[in-house]
Amino acid sequence: MPKVLVDGQPIEVNEGENLLEACLNAGLDLPYFCWHPAMGSVGSCRQCAVVQYQSDEDTNGRIVMGCMTEVKEGARFSLETENAVQFREAIIESLMLNHPHDCPVCSEGGECHLQDMTVMVGHRDRRYTGKKNTHRNQYLGPLINHEMNRCITCYRCERFYKDYAGGKDFGAQASRDRVFFGRQTDGVLESEFSGNLVEVCPTGVFTDKPFLAHYSRKWDLQSAPSICTGCGVGCNTAPGERYGRLKRIHNRYNYDINGYFICDRGRFGAGYVNNKERIDYAGLREVDGSYSAIRHENALATAGQWLNDKRVVGIGSPRASLESNFLLKHWLGPANFSSGLSDAEGPGMKQLIKVLSTTKANVPSVRQMQSADAILILGEDVANTAPRISLALRQAVRNKSFSMAEEAGIPEWQDAAVRNLGQDELSPLIIVTSSESRLDNIASHIYSLSPDAIADFGFSLAARLDGSDIEDEMVCGVADILSQASRPLVVSGIGSFSPDILSSAAKVADSLSNLNKKAMLSLCVSESNSMGVAMLSDEHTLSLASVMEQLDDIDTLVILENDLSRRLDRSALQKLSESKVNIIALDVIENSTLNRASMVLPAASFAESEGSLVNFEGRAQRYFPVFEPARDRLPSWHWLIKLASLDNDNKLSALACFDDVVSLLADSDKKWEEIVKVAPGQTFRDRGQKIPRQTHRYSGRTAMNASVSVHEPPQPKDNETALAYSMEGLNRDQPSTLSPYVWSPGWNSNHSVQKFQSKVDGQHKNQTPGIILISSNQNGFGESVSYERTGALEANNWTLIPIACIHGSEELSSYTKEIAELSGNAFIAISEDAANALGVLDGDGLQVIGGSAEISLEVRVVDRMAEGCVGYSVGYEETLSLAPGQTVRLAKDASWIRSKPHLIATDGASEASLGESLYV
Amino acid sequence: MERVLTRNIADDPIPINLATYEANEGYEGLKKALTDLSPEDCESIVKDSKLRGRGGAGFPTGMKWSFVPKGDACTPGHKYLVCNADEMEPGTFKDRLLMEFDPHQLIEGMILSAYTLGADIAYIFIRGEYVVSIERLREAIAECYEKNYLGKNILGSEFSLEMYVHPSAGRYICGEETALINALEGKRANPRAKPPFPQVSGLWGRPTIVNNVETLCNIPHIIHRGADWFRTLGRGEDSGTKLFGVSGKVKNPGCWELPMGTPVREIIEDCAGGMLPGLKLKGFLPGGGSTDFLTSDHLDLAMDYNVIGAAGSRMGTGTMIILDDQTCPVGMVLNLIRFFAQESCGFCTPCRDGLPWTRQVLEDIYNGRGRKEDLETLAYQVKYIGGIGNTHCALAPGAMEPLQSALKYFYSDFEKLIERNSGQQQNVARGQ
Repeated sequence: MPKVLVDGQPIEVNEGENLLEACLNAGLDLPYFCWHPAMGSVGSCRQCAVVQYQSDEDTNGRIVMGCMTEVKEGARFSLETENAVQFREAIIESLMLNHPHDCPVCSEGGECHLQDMTVMVGHRDRRYTGKKNTHRNQYLGPLINHEMNRCITCYRCERFYKDYAGGKDFGAQASRDRVFFGRQTDGVLESEFSGNLVEVCPTGVFTDKPFLAHYSRKWDLQSAPSICTGCGVGCNTAPGERYGRLKRIHNRYNYDINGYFICDRGRFGAGYVNNKERIDYAGLREVDGSYSAIRHENALATAGQWLNDKRVVGIGSPRASLESNFLLKHWLGPANFSSGLSDAEGPGMKQLIKVLSTTKANVPSVRQMQSADAILILGEDVANTAPRISLALRQAVRNKSFSMAEEAGIPEWQDAAVRNLGQDELSPLIIVTSSESRLDNIASHIYSLSPDAIADFGFSLAARLDGSDIEDEMVCGVADILSQASRPLVVSGIGSFSPDILSSAAKVADSLSNLNKKAMLSLCVSESNSMGVAMLSDEHTLSLASVMEQLDDIDTLVILENDLSRRLDRSALQKLSESKVNIIALDVIENSTLNRASMVLPAASFAESEGSLVNFEGRAQRYFPVFEPARDRLPSWHWLIKLASLDNDNKLSALACFDDVVSLLADSDKKWEEIVKVAPGQTFRDRGQKIPRQTHRYSGRTAMNASVSVHEPPQPKDNETALAYSMEGLNRDQPSTLSPYVWSPGWNSNHSVQKFQSKVDGQHKNQTPGIILISSNQNGFGESVSYERTGALEANNWTLIPIACIHGSEELSSYTKEIAELSGNAFIAISEDAANALGVLDGDGLQVIGGSAEISLEVRVVDRMAEGCVGYSVGYEETLSLAPGQTVRLAKDASWIRSKPHLIATDGASEASLGESLYV
Repeated sequence: MERVLTRNIADDPIPINLATYEANEGYEGLKKALTDLSPEDCESIVKDSKLRGRGGAGFPTGMKWSFVPKGDACTPGHKYLVCNADEMEPGTFKDRLLMEFDPHQLIEGMILSAYTLGADIAYIFIRGEYVVSIERLREAIAECYEKNYLGKNILGSEFSLEMYVHPSAGRYICGEETALINALEGKRANPRAKPPFPQVSGLWGRPTIVNNVETLCNIPHIIHRGADWFRTLGRGEDSGTKLFGVSGKVKNPGCWELPMGTPVREIIEDCAGGMLPGLKLKGFLPGGGSTDFLTSDHLDLAMDYNVIGAAGSRMGTGTMIILDDQTCPVGMVLNLIRFFAQESCGFCTPCRDGLPWTRQVLEDIYNGRGRKEDLETLAYQVKYIGGIGNTHCALAPGAMEPLQSALKYFYSDFEKLIERNSGQQQNVARGQ
């Protein structure tokens, strides 16, 4: 490793990095603003100035920017020389000219990088006596608050939003000391990654709006390491709680998965935890059909009568923890267990697991996907089903410009220079999907095909890669691109609900792997634990359809955190409602399945319980309770132990705590052996202490409930995990899975994460990134595939394809107020040609007729749609009666009333003044 | 003295067309180059001529060109030549003269430069207010396409060149070559970090040379008449002639072509006719608003890059602004700082927020609210904003040049303004 001298001290540096990175790696505090570990350097803020000496004789040196200076063996720098110190202080003084100093009322206060850096450089007294500039703030939607006066013009927001995340509706405007970051006009930010502005902004310009409405300081939040339940990617999060309310979600750095960024569903979609519709107490259905809340002892007594010597069937859930699903299966037996996956998804998930267990390709982490130099997407709208992966793909297509930069001798972190050199040159991204996607604007090739045709395309492509003589131009072109790549990546998934597409993706990946050992295959799944529940399934596992068929032979159904109305068709639901079966439903929030239940048990949400989730790679990760479940809520695994103990044939009586459940799971099958290593158990201690969930500055603990009672309640005890509901203990070098928040002396903001990394943007110092539970035998997905093709459709017959929406399609997040606001109406997506043929415009109504469905939906005219297909917004209440692949007829709904365009609220400015200058 | 750049421009000038330009040895240099000279020959002639950039920095043109990758060293694709005609330096009006009255001279210079560099596309990035220049350049370019001085296979050679006029949307910063390139790409006119330099990665990420109008106008003559001839034109160490200008309270403000190395006194006294009656010269900015003041002690200096540099200023664009003894130097500096603070692109902190801070201190002093410590603050700012490398580009250091030299030469004027008000204003709280 090369060495450089910093203030006379030799420090070891990594080849090719810049001096700022080198200093941070060496544990030196060099202040910065515009540089970001994931976004590189542009040299705009000038805060990381140091003095560089040209030779041994040079005593004056000259000021250079740490972030823009590549370290070379033997180079000599000084951070502490008068010149450098004074310059850095002058920068802060300049940044403060127009900063409002409103820290006491600013929601960034206490975790503000600007505060930290100001303290770090020691600036105190301002000399500027002029007026401060003021800006008009914009309405940016329900998620992000805008307070432009606080801006220090570091350009990070623009660089993240436009350059990194590919957003189009936000950027820098005006010039000199009036630079303004915002949209052209007020309006909801379009990017699905807008929430990252909250963390990317070094001060309080962009803040978390829902958090603002129930604000607490960072130091007053009680946090725990958690896993996002928004989709199957498994991003790591750090939720914060106070007063029994889940206040906010922050990104939690995980090198392999989310890095520094999560999507808006993940950041804002957990508001349902505070929803008034949460279940607080057990409920029993009375004879007249109404529910009454009952004490949980009574509920259990009643449940006992329904369980003993009866046939009990359990329905699991892809959004419940692995442990809860496992207990359900273990308790009731494999033959009485259903995974709870819909019949459209179940076979696909089975296929998906088979693919992952046999593929010859590497199954990459999100970080590894970023290294791909050619990408094929088969039938998956990644931006909506696995948003964080789409963000990684956006970076992957830049590999072309990185290789150009390498040739030109420009380091990768020289962000602006690399972008200027690369311009629009992107690595190939081939998108083969049924409808438009947000990645279309970076794709080199876009093909719109029906799900069947996508699978056909994949099979032909695999055959072509194997050397078959295929004439199809499209197939040959794509085969050429992929076979020339050195790290090709195939992305597919369950999003089209087509096992055939998965098979074809497997075939393509296998064929590529025969050519190239570095080929990668990634398959997206739909929910946070779809993989876990699918892996629990075996040949005995009941499909939902077979449960419905056997309904008359079943005495009691135990439904674990599963709203069956989202997974069963209308007739099956009707049958369920009419049957005499006793239903015990455990869930976190009111839904229509609970209305059919005989008994409801209140389950703790992810924020109030512990559990493991298995992500799309087969990586098991653990989430921990952020706060104690209130009222009678209990984690589902705990309810299941209680229910099982009522059973005469109790297999679960020995289970005393969560770790026992995990051990039982580990012993149950070889594939779960490693699950105990996912996170340290509750006996883990760091220097004899548990890990504190609260910061050492946590305030008002003894007075928090004084409005109710002046008697200080004892702190809750956590007997299940290694975390404590306490300020006592160290949050320093425990495994990353047990890291509830990041803080380091002098670094109060999330930038302190660098103090926990082995090097800038590297692994966590004590990395425990979860455990990959699926390993492939590398034999390849050998099976020759035979499948039926639907024949040509008659006139005005359309194949329904599911369209996932980042806001609206996911079940739990849509119970969050802000997400519901962004979800918009359920829609039917059609091509412009179809719209012309049907005589409708965007926003009109279309009747969708087919099967048991006859509904009217709003028309959304999309840029591209496979021939003969129409899309429907999946997961919306209105579209639950539609099924993927179903054939429907469409007719204009003459009685449809177009919804009014949304009124855009403003920060007090009258509508008339909206067109005027942005500046006051 | 022989006039070179303005040989076609009479004292009462009329714009000349292609025929007139050709009649006076126009496009002879181009014909010579395309038939007799290889691009390498042309480059070495320009190098030998010791021509230095006329846009202000005075970088040797031949050396700048030598950084452009050529032949196999260059990845396949376009190379660009950009003429910087965004003349916005305060006090500067020389390029406009060249473009309005002899557009073909510039075009020939560009064709020759493009030939030398292997560039196949050329842009003239021109200040939007130069409406007449834009019109005349466009007419001249059309004439050239007709005569095949531009277009495919120029004059039957292998060399092809397309040329476009791109009127700027405004902003002083567009004169900075990398900000100009960003503006040309349709992006915010923020300068780029260097390295990489535009010669390697410029417009659209391709090798690009940006040269000033006057620099390019020299090229036809250098190629046509040789490097030796060009070097003899200068009176001092620098070669060639240059357009010098004088503005301020002199009898005859204007712009003249004179040999490099002409003494300042000759330009001010002989050409500009000296100061208006009753006024004395107190100081002058030798090369536009972003150069350091010199004083009457420096009148006998030769206008050569290194001579002016050694005296603590810069040749800049060679267009002087005169400060007389009746004008307040603080007011003059304030005026300039206002301009530069206004024109900051807003990218880097010292420029974006430092210049308005300087402006505010100067406004206080000028408007009678100055305090003693303000002078310390100004000195602090000069060091902080003016240091090379402290800022992202040269705008802010340039802006500090008149201020730092005013503090050096006219410190007592600052003090007087502060003292005059110290009694009455001391306790008046200033707007926060």
